[in-house]
Amino acid sequence: MTARGRLVLVAALAALVAVAAGAAALTRFKGTDRPHVPRGQGEACVADTDWIRRNHMVALDRQRDATVHEGLRTPRFSLAGCLACHAVAGEDGRAVTAADSRHFCRVCHDYAAVRVDCFDCHASRPERMAEAAGSKR
Amino acid sequence: MSAPDRRELLRGLAGAATIALAPGVTLHVFEAQARAPDQKVSAKTRWGMLIDVGKCGDGCTACVEACKTENGWGGGTRSRTDAQWIRALTVRDPKTKAAVTLPMMCQHCANPPCVDVCPTGASFRRADGIVLVDKHICIGCRYCVMACPYGARSFVHEAVTDPKPHAPRGKGTVESCTLCVHRIDAGHEPACAEACADRAGGAMLFGDLNDPDSEIAKRVVRYRTVKVRADLGCDPGVAYRNL
Repeated sequence: MTARGRLVLVAALAALVAVAAGAAALTRFKGTDRPHVPRGQGEACVADTDWIRRNHMVALDRQRDATVHEGLRTPRFSLAGCLACHAVAGEDGRAVTAADSRHFCRVCHDYAAVRVDCFDCHASRPERMAEAAGSKR
Repeated sequence: MSAPDRRELLRGLAGAATIALAPGVTLHVFEAQARAPDQKVSAKTRWGMLIDVGKCGDGCTACVEACKTENGWGGGTRSRTDAQWIRALTVRDPKTKAAVTLPMMCQHCANPPCVDVCPTGASFRRADGIVLVDKHICIGCRYCVMACPYGARSFVHEAVTDPKPHAPRGKGTVESCTLCVHRIDAGHEPACAEACADRAGGAMLFGDLNDPDSEIAKRVVRYRTVKVRADLGCDPGVAYRNL
């Protein structure tokens, strides 16, 4: 093999390594698919979206104690209110339950691998889809 | 008459009333002033019920069926262990064999034994006299089931599918009549009392025992009433007449 031939071979190998490394880097930084959160039906959420993402569980927790023990039924952080606004329609026209992976809560919680207990007892959908559409809290 | 019409008609009315629609046809209504959603319950109110057993028909289960529909229980196949918030009870005098049927459910005691025995504070009495289970902290020990002299509490043995949004129910917790707390907070009477008035004998009168102008307070003063096992000193919020 001539000197020129060796040079070409080394250059080709180097190029191949560079492409492979680039591809690997791309795969690594792409990560898994981010959750596609369905949009609510109201004009705006009851609080700033970033705040809700971090603190919704605290707000729901406080609301639950206030409602059960003191009878306070303010609509702002009511679980039924969240579910009415964020209901996702299924094939049958009714909202899907938490058993369906398209459910608003499931979308993020599946991604974050955090199990919610709420729906062991609570209804995970409004009784009628119409309630959901008419919800403006 | 549709529901909005009825509300329109009754706007401004408070307390229980019977409205004559036509000769012989009456419409019973309960329209109390609903608390504002941001107003806490207060001890100024004590919700209670007066049940005129003389108006309970033989084999009538209107109140039980209404409760099932409203709160989403029933429909199980294990009658000994299925949850039961209210039941129609027939009591018989052993000597005369005279029998009466009456509805039996949580008596919403002023001194509730279920609250005394609860180890976690899940059983509690709301300021307005309604005895409830906070299922978020109930551990399902069932002490309250044992303690209740009225057999009013049930344990949920199996997973519940599709509960009502206003009446969460879950496996592993204890439950009982909530006096339809969600309806009371919205200014309505419990489903059983409404159904009894609309479709049965009108035996159940619901109202505020602390309000001297309420129909229930007036009748409790006027008639001789009985509280079941009054000797136990639980001071039930439910009184029976003609028992």
